[in-house]
Amino acid sequence: MSNEVTNILISGVGGQGILLASEVLSEVLMLAGFDVKKNEIHGMSQRGGSVVSHIRYGKKVYSSIIPEGQADMLLGFELLETYRYLPLVRKGGSVLANNLQVFPAPVTLGKESYPVDIPAKIKAAFPDTKLVDGLQLASDAGNQRTVNVVLLGALSKNIDIDDSFWQQTLQKMVPAKYLEENLKAFSLGRNL
Amino acid sequence: MERAILSGNEAIARGAYEAGVKVASAYPGTPSTEILENVVQYPTIDASWAPNEKVALEVGIGASFGGGRALVAMKHVGVNVAADPLFTLSYTGVRGGLVLAVADDPELHSSQNEQDSRNYAKFAKIPMFEPADSQEALTYTRLALETSEQFDTPIMLRTTTRISHSKSVVTLQDPVTGLPEPGLEKDPAKFVMLPSNARKRHPLVEDRITRLEEWACQQPFNRVEKVGGKIGVITAGVSYQYAREALPDADILKLGMVYPLPKQLIRDFAAQYDTLYVIEELDPFIEEQVRAMGIEVVGKDLFSICGELTPGRVAKSLSGKDEQPFFSHSETLPNRPPSMCPGCPHRSVFHSLNRLKAFVTGDIGCYTLGFMEPLAAMDTCICMGASIGNATGLSKLLSGDEQRKVVAVIGDSTFLHTGINGLMDMVYNSAVSTVVILDNRITAMTGRQENPSSGYTLMGADSYRVDLEQLCRAVGVQHVKVVDPYEVAATRQVLKEEMERPEVSVVIARRPCMLVKRDPVARKPAMKVDLDRCTGCRACLKLGCPAIEWRTTADGKGVAHINSLFCVGCGLCNQVCNVDAIGDINE
Ligand code: SF4
Ligand code: SF4
Repeated sequence: MSNEVTNILISGVGGQGILLASEVLSEVLMLAGFDVKKNEIHGMSQRGGSVVSHIRYGKKVYSSIIPEGQADMLLGFELLETYRYLPLVRKGGSVLANNLQVFPAPVTLGKESYPVDIPAKIKAAFPDTKLVDGLQLASDAGNQRTVNVVLLGALSKNIDIDDSFWQQTLQKMVPAKYLEENLKAFSLGRNL
Repeated sequence: MERAILSGNEAIARGAYEAGVKVASAYPGTPSTEILENVVQYPTIDASWAPNEKVALEVGIGASFGGGRALVAMKHVGVNVAADPLFTLSYTGVRGGLVLAVADDPELHSSQNEQDSRNYAKFAKIPMFEPADSQEALTYTRLALETSEQFDTPIMLRTTTRISHSKSVVTLQDPVTGLPEPGLEKDPAKFVMLPSNARKRHPLVEDRITRLEEWACQQPFNRVEKVGGKIGVITAGVSYQYAREALPDADILKLGMVYPLPKQLIRDFAAQYDTLYVIEELDPFIEEQVRAMGIEVVGKDLFSICGELTPGRVAKSLSGKDEQPFFSHSETLPNRPPSMCPGCPHRSVFHSLNRLKAFVTGDIGCYTLGFMEPLAAMDTCICMGASIGNATGLSKLLSGDEQRKVVAVIGDSTFLHTGINGLMDMVYNSAVSTVVILDNRITAMTGRQENPSSGYTLMGADSYRVDLEQLCRAVGVQHVKVVDPYEVAATRQVLKEEMERPEVSVVIARRPCMLVKRDPVARKPAMKVDLDRCTGCRACLKLGCPAIEWRTTADGKGVAHINSLFCVGCGLCNQVCNVDAIGDINE
């Protein structure tokens, strides 16, 4: 049905820079000549809640929401939030996860528990899953807050688009004084 | 022509600019907030935050009566506040084009109910456009302003969250030129709605709807997409996208104007199919009107009235099959609810109200999150400004002891929105209750918008800052106290005293929101837990600060741990720890 549309999900915790990451990705895809639609829910979720962003591209995209079970790629910024959105990924889809745990409030309060062995569980269903040490690479790039760009770099390997579109977009969307560390972060992710 | 990826809200702002809008006003509300925030980048438009939606609409009406084009924006529940001028505006009509952009929130991503604004269009007899993506959001905004002038009517432009916050590719154009210059023009028969005038306007309103209905049958925004299918679908807005995706082989009548409906067009379309679906979110708005024309359709018997549609839900409703995803969880996952920020000034007030066993009537804002565990300090929440009236009503029934437990909490922005009226009534009718104004100097929940008590305008210009103490005194409150919520014991003491007082009293808990950029709360070094002193009593966990984590120890007891990435050093935990185990990292 929607075989020419590619579906990417980005999930994580409010405040992790998912918004910027998905903005950059959509801009890159538009520059590369695709029709792009992107969707995320703002509001309450910004305050540390669970956040998910849908990005769809192809020749012509109708809905901005990825139909259940049809995501081709999942980019997770946090392990639980990667695990949470797995049912949206299609069989054989690829998963790229930041190796990081952020405990939600009910876990901190001891009311619920954080699932154990998440990476293993993800890999069991999606054998090609890649774990990325985002925080470490971001520090290597000179700023811990560039994790989102490290992850974009890692994701960019799965999308067949010329590197120049990425460079161009980062230059446009990242404030000048942070540009260098972000470009570094991107290349660290891309060259993993 | 330049292409850009815009959200529906950004596209509406752009459309207003291209259409030559002169004045824009709004009260922030998710998912409509970014419309005005984006209008700001077009200096030809005078954009402002109003204290509530009714005022926003009244500002827009004034501009329109002066001959300028106007844009007013709000969320669905805001229309309830603005409904009074709206219905009469339908009678007066406009001079300069006026568009009321209304953002509905099916699925309640950030709202207190799921009302369908299309009913307002019909109820107030105001035509309504509904875009299906950002390009249409831009085009329809322009179209709506033109149509407004052409038919002498306000126009509603309805979006839903998935249009407001979705981004898609649009083509930008230059703004129109040659619009008439604004200026005063007297026309009391049109603008003064006393009975004798209004009576004459009502038939004009009815006639206008009939003319619009016929006109809409010929317009390209209502279009038939034929693929030679066997089934027909009538749909509009974001539902069109889901229908297109779920039913690639169906013929579709895609409505750009959802009120009034193009009846003849619908009749001609419907006649060609044995099976006709109406696919729409929320109420059976189109469905009921089509049925009333004597046409059989399949609609809400298949698609839910509650919540939003998705391509998956549409497909599932149509096929009746619930396809299992490739992966499903075998365990229940912990939720990740949003919470008040680390260092949020409201936290200690709720912590105290919880300790004082208050019955808290709440309101709409960041502080609504205070209802959640572990603060669990909110017992009601209805709509903007309701907390104070609710407290008054409650206190009228209760005995003295119980009466004194009732505390209304309200933010500064909400207080100025519609809370002040409730306070006036509370004093006037001698209710007994304590009102806490959580004054963080900003409209925080929707993303930190300025308001009359912040001292700045939407454009960032300095402005007069409402004196909340004086305002409360002016409506007759005798006891107004100001506290700093970062001083936990002092704040609790004042709350306790004021709750005991058998009179109306107002406590203003003043401390800027953690996220205010221009008035920044100085971040201090992160706090640290002294492991030798921590007894594992969990008192600090009751604050619900996201920076405080729990670590189980070998003996199974556990200790508190402060995540230095999140902690802003506000010092609340340090004050609630009974054994002085939490301190400044530098000590
Ligand atoms: S945004 Fe401001 S008011 Fe809202 S929870 Fe955060 S600190 Fe508190
Ligand atoms: S000082 Fe305590 S209460 Fe304040 S932000 Fe840090 S951990 Fe939270």
